[in-house]
Amino acid sequence: MTVDASLASESLVLARGGRNVIENLSVRLAPGEITAIVGPNGAGKSSLLLGLAGLLPSAAGRVTLEGAALAALAPRERAKAIGYLPQSPDIAWDVAAEALVALGRLPWRDRGTAHIEAALSALDLRGLRHRPVSRLSGGERARVLLARVLAGTPRWILADEPLAALDLAHQLALIAHLKTCAMAGQGVAVVLHDLAVAMNHADRVLVLKDGCLVAEGPPRDALRPEVIVQTWGVAARWLGAPGRMGLVTGD
Amino acid sequence: MTRASLVFAALLALLLPLSLLAGRVWIAPYGDTPANAALILAELRAPRAVLAVVIGAGLGAAGAAMQGYLRNPLADPGLFGIAPMAALGAVASFWAAPLLPPAAAAWSLPAMALAGAGLGMAALALIAGRTTSDAAGGAGGGIALFTLAGLMLASLAGALTALAITLAPNPFALSEIVMWLNGALTDRSWREVWIAAPLTAAGVAVLALAARSLDALTLGEEAARSLGVDPRRLLALLVVGVGLTVGAGVAVAGIIGFVGLVVPHLVRPLTDRLPSSLILPSALAGACLVLAADSVVRILPLVTELRLGIALSLIGAPFFGWLLLRMRRGRL
Repeated sequence: MTVDASLASESLVLARGGRNVIENLSVRLAPGEITAIVGPNGAGKSSLLLGLAGLLPSAAGRVTLEGAALAALAPRERAKAIGYLPQSPDIAWDVAAEALVALGRLPWRDRGTAHIEAALSALDLRGLRHRPVSRLSGGERARVLLARVLAGTPRWILADEPLAALDLAHQLALIAHLKTCAMAGQGVAVVLHDLAVAMNHADRVLVLKDGCLVAEGPPRDALRPEVIVQTWGVAARWLGAPGRMGLVTGD
Repeated sequence: MTRASLVFAALLALLLPLSLLAGRVWIAPYGDTPANAALILAELRAPRAVLAVVIGAGLGAAGAAMQGYLRNPLADPGLFGIAPMAALGAVASFWAAPLLPPAAAAWSLPAMALAGAGLGMAALALIAGRTTSDAAGGAGGGIALFTLAGLMLASLAGALTALAITLAPNPFALSEIVMWLNGALTDRSWREVWIAAPLTAAGVAVLALAARSLDALTLGEEAARSLGVDPRRLLALLVVGVGLTVGAGVAVAGIIGFVGLVVPHLVRPLTDRLPSSLILPSALAGACLVLAADSVVRILPLVTELRLGIALSLIGAPFFGWLLLRMRRGRL
């Protein structure tokens, strides 16, 4: 008997505001991989991520975590397994970086000092631990927020557009951190807008349009020029060597 | 115990004996004591001081929890329906009291104020609980709708209270109601302490249970849920906790505003600013503030005593304005 180690959706339907935003979607995330979720605006990327995180109840179908129904799991157990990084949240109180990272330990109800230190080290934040979040730069804040997720030692990391507010250097640094997580065996899913990042850094890509899966697979297959035309209505081709490809648009 | 708790506990330990000595008649700890000093202490000043501590603690803790829940430093527990509903219940008791047997009439005011608070809690939980239960389609409308439901309830209770005032059976009842609405601790006895203290203690304990969930809300509603926070449990704890503390306060002292708004701001700089670090120190700081303010209104050389509720609003409103200016400069 094989052990199912995946986070998967089975014929999942998600509804928001009385409208289906994800239609009959079956996907499977594997541990140790970075899965990029891409698609045009309104394709249902963020909704799918919320559904996989167990934060949006399914209208039909289900999400399974390592073979068991995610919805049946107690919220705290779910929170220990799945870390969710929302899109650039506003932070209500001007707390120190370390206190924010420590919030990641809430589901465990422990101090978790070792895990907090590990997360601060992994994201190179030890020098900033006492700095209030209002005095962090955008890149530092993004690192603190990811460190909050890492401090919870989840088996799965689901991040919604973690690169959106970052400049190029910080984008690359954050991607490198996520790769480290995947190499350590964590399953990582990221919603991305930059197809080149998905092409060069993801192990697998899910392409969504109107709540349906248009393509999935290794980036070279899922992000073929035909798929890009069909999904975004933009003619484009890839240039460059594998791992360093660039997307050129236009005929 | 944290630094903030120690600071305000020490301050309270200093203020409490001082407030017992201060008043129309000064009671010096040494030397000549006025006649009836023991009686004044035991039956007038001690219950009044203890009641100030109880009510201030409840308002401070409720304010800290409410600001944490709404993720907003301008939230006051009095704004969200429960205090106005308790006041409405109390005002209704001025109408009901003449119809009741004398033994029951003595208890009708606190009982009806608590009933009003309970009704307000139920309405809030019903409206806001419904919107959080479907996870708002993931859209997280729960807290916004809680705010709106609270404001709706507050304005409805306010209108009904105004109606009750305009329809007052006689001028004496009218002045009673108006005086009572501006909260005060004048002439309160141990009876009021026994009503308010257990309810407030229970309320603060319930709010303390919600503390860590409020911390998670620092990152927003979705992140909080991803950390295992159950929004319905949190709403229930908050409504019950605020209902008990604020309802008990209004039931024995009338409306005392601004304490819940102001106190967390005094405490926040001494803490790591997370809501859970604020609740206990805010209870202590609220106790200090109400005790100090009540001692001041007692010794002001006025013909009639300045009502505590009015005095605190006189301090609180300018503070609120200063807060808004500070917020505009982005320093909050």
